[in-house]
Amino acid sequence: MDKRLNLNLNVWRQKNASDKGRFESYQLKDVSPHMSFLEMLDVLNEQIIKDGGDPVEFDNDCREGICGMCSLVIDGIPHGPQQRTASCQLHMRHYKDGDTITIEPFRAKGFPVIKDLAVDRGAFDRIVAAGGYVSVNTGNAPDGNAIPIAKEMADKAMDSSECIGCGACVAACPNASAALFVGAKISQYTYLPQGAPERTRRAERMIAQMDAEGFGNCSNHGECEAVCPKGISIVNIARMRREFVKTIFS
Amino acid sequence: MSKNGILDSKIPDGPIEQKWDRHKNNIKVVSPANKRKFKILVVGTGLAGASASASLAELGYQVQTFCIQDSPRRAHSIAAQGGINAAKNYQNDNDSVFRLFYDTVKGGDFRAREANVYRLAQLSTNIIDQCVAQGVPFARDYGGLLANRSFGGVLVSRTFYARGQTGQQLLLGAYGAMMRQVDLGGVELFARREMLDLVVIDGKARGIVVRNLITGEIETYSGDAVLLCTGGYGNIYYLSTNAKNSNATAAWRCYKKGAFFANPNFTQIHPTCIPVSGDYQSKLTLMSESLRNDGRVWVPKKAGDNRHPNDIPEADRDYYLERRYPSYGNLVPRDVASRNAKYVCDEGRGVGETKLAVYLDFADAIKRLGEDTIRDRYGNLFEMYERITGENPYKAPMRIYPAVHYTMGGLWVDYNLMSTIPGLFVLGEANFSDHGANRLGASALMQGLADGYFVIPYTIGEYLAGEKLPKVSTADEPFSKSVKQINDNIQRLLNIKGKKTVTEFHRELGLIMWDKVGMSRNADGLREALKLIPELRKEFWENVQIPGDAKNLNKNLEFAGRVADFLELGELMALDALERNESCGGHFREDFQTPEGEALRDDENYCYTAIWEDQGTGKKPLMHKEPLTFEYVKLTQRSYK
Ligand SMILES: Cc1cc2nc3c(=O)[nH]c(=O)nc-3n(C[C@H](O)[C@H](O)[C@H](O)COP(=O)(O)OP(=O)(O)OC[C@H]3O[C@@H](n4cnc5c(N)ncnc54)[C@H](O)[C@@H]3O)c2cc1C
Ligand code: SF4
Ligand code: FES
Repeated sequence: MDKRLNLNLNVWRQKNASDKGRFESYQLKDVSPHMSFLEMLDVLNEQIIKDGGDPVEFDNDCREGICGMCSLVIDGIPHGPQQRTASCQLHMRHYKDGDTITIEPFRAKGFPVIKDLAVDRGAFDRIVAAGGYVSVNTGNAPDGNAIPIAKEMADKAMDSSECIGCGACVAACPNASAALFVGAKISQYTYLPQGAPERTRRAERMIAQMDAEGFGNCSNHGECEAVCPKGISIVNIARMRREFVKTIFS
Repeated sequence: MSKNGILDSKIPDGPIEQKWDRHKNNIKVVSPANKRKFKILVVGTGLAGASASASLAELGYQVQTFCIQDSPRRAHSIAAQGGINAAKNYQNDNDSVFRLFYDTVKGGDFRAREANVYRLAQLSTNIIDQCVAQGVPFARDYGGLLANRSFGGVLVSRTFYARGQTGQQLLLGAYGAMMRQVDLGGVELFARREMLDLVVIDGKARGIVVRNLITGEIETYSGDAVLLCTGGYGNIYYLSTNAKNSNATAAWRCYKKGAFFANPNFTQIHPTCIPVSGDYQSKLTLMSESLRNDGRVWVPKKAGDNRHPNDIPEADRDYYLERRYPSYGNLVPRDVASRNAKYVCDEGRGVGETKLAVYLDFADAIKRLGEDTIRDRYGNLFEMYERITGENPYKAPMRIYPAVHYTMGGLWVDYNLMSTIPGLFVLGEANFSDHGANRLGASALMQGLADGYFVIPYTIGEYLAGEKLPKVSTADEPFSKSVKQINDNIQRLLNIKGKKTVTEFHRELGLIMWDKVGMSRNADGLREALKLIPELRKEFWENVQIPGDAKNLNKNLEFAGRVADFLELGELMALDALERNESCGGHFREDFQTPEGEALRDDENYCYTAIWEDQGTGKKPLMHKEPLTFEYVKLTQRSYK
């Protein structure tokens, strides 16, 4: 179990947004199977620095699978081979000695590369700004128990709200659609009475912003659900569509 | 600010339950037309920063908000798992504002301000209402009402939660409220920016200088007040449960500009974290302490018992928390639980490969409640444990060990949350105000949101309406001077071209801090730390190796600046710990303990907040004291027996 691994890494290197970018190969020896994938990259970076090179930039923060900052495509799959697992939660025990691993950034028109493996996901914030909330000012709230909400509905809202905003769904989609991310946010509020008054306006504005950001259309490939680290279901996309239809007939 | 070395905390007069209301009635209010004229710079978008940005913009102030991450939603608050306290008494278990206040003061081991804590307990109920109104999907029972769980250190059930992702859900609520204001034009957002300096003009905080982390450009922003909501500094230990970008830099640079630092040594070590597995370890993962509701903590009775935990019979197990603390059992406060784990491991009874771990066992709870109930309560935590360790906690007990988690210390603030620099306010974990020497579980989220939603919107008015604030421009000399200093500092770092990486220095500092300024301290160790840290700092400035340049994304350069600041803050923490000749809360001094090994507080000599004023790097800072008086909670030796 504790056998150390020797790995070949093919890593995407790109100086900045305008650079064309290329793969570079690295050899990494003595990798512990208990390491996380990002810790493996830390070790690679220490090795590169010691050799006088430029370390590989990659986004990360919580390293607990909750902040949504890590964003690697590992062997062609956003967040790598383990289901329902963000890049930072993937561990090296899933690899064998001698493996070759290819590491790239999330690729999508809506997510321009900043450097190496780091991309710009500001589009997601702009979509949320267009309506991903309940419009209530501080200080205007009735007692928390004033409106009972069926446990089942609260649980469903929570299922949708677990999205960490990582963007893997976009990176996995052949059309680079953001439908799962947007659908999850819209759905959360359709399950809750608090979200009801502005549900039509919310759907309309968020979907318009999603289109404006250059994300593609959803054509039901289902790749998004397969890579989502939180297992957000494509049912959320169907719900978003229903909300959208309402905006047309309202 | 400081008269005869005593700071004015501006605690309002009157009985404690009326202080906040009276204060609100007495403080100045800015007229709606004038609010538009004031610009407020908010640094940080965790619970404190996001809630403050949203609430201030709703009132009509112009707000500019900054954060390090690529999106404000990723602030470290997102990682909080267990829950948020509120004195709702929905469970009819005799909870009340007073009881929450009492628990928090006692839990903080009598080193927090009574008036602040009382206000926090009062506001706790408004927070839940506000978050529910925002659509935060809190857990509910089958009747559709809000559910609660218990947390360590208290006897009532008052913790509200959203599965194991309470911080995420609360932050998404606050982030949503803030993004609404972005849409409405009230908040202007600057992500991937790191604040590197505070600009003080005529003695008042009037601006900040930040580095654009993508272009490397140094940018300047002016305003009428600055709100520091930059979180805690637990990452000084290198290994902690904090996110990788959590740091002390913003707070430290304000300290260098004249903001006083209070109780820097007060650090919380969380008892239930996944143990270290190797020297490549980059951070530690917390398992929410709500697990201690149903999990039982134990180690083998005999040292060196290497049997599989499931093969160790009851008679050979020591449920040491239940044994030593029969009334609180596994739910003793964090500092007590952590220290006891250390003791049993020091006795050689630790488990797992490294022997630096204890068991957290769910077998009884699964037998009693069924695996489904346990999955419903903790499913995501169990999954997380399995992903990291490769072991299934439904089948065998978890292994846990304490890890650095939270810093109670922080910049000193008065009752209005203003630091010793007029116009510089400090909110959330970055200030020192409410948790004394130990924070109770589920109360940091409460404090961050109380500060941001319900305190600062009122108290900032007192400052803005009461001060003359002439226009300042980022073209003014103090701004350009600061920019030059920052650029020089960055060049100096890049020019060192030494042999040791930033991470190596950080790790080394972390080890010194963990060994000597960690879970248990003594005078000799602290004196040694005061020697070792400056030595390491010297070596850092001669031998650090930073790759790349300052003109684009360069994480090593960012971290170099943060480690340089940690190398100064560490010294202050050790000094503060050495000067406090007592044990209280998270500050356990081996040289001050009872014969039974419990903390020995010294109220006669140390019932104060220690507040440090910088005198320049390498010079001993000056200590001021804020005496603490306890009128409503009787000073008693904390006992959880
Ligand atoms: C794993 C974990 C679990 C926890 N669970 C709980 C819990 O269940 N209940 C509870 O009550 N508490 C919990 N806590 C504690 C709680 O999460 C934190 O204390 C709280 O979220 C801090 O919020 P904050 O707004 O003060 O700061 P943070 O959320 O840390 O936000 C800091 C912000 O400041 C920004 N920032 C920092 N420095 C700079 C700079 N120089 N320039 C620009 N921006 C900067 C960051 O980008 C970020 O936006 C937990 C903590 C951890 C680590
Ligand atoms: S839906 Fe899933 S994959 Fe898409 S952003 Fe949310 S968490 Fe990431
Ligand atoms: S680093 Fe936070 S989700 Fe991966």
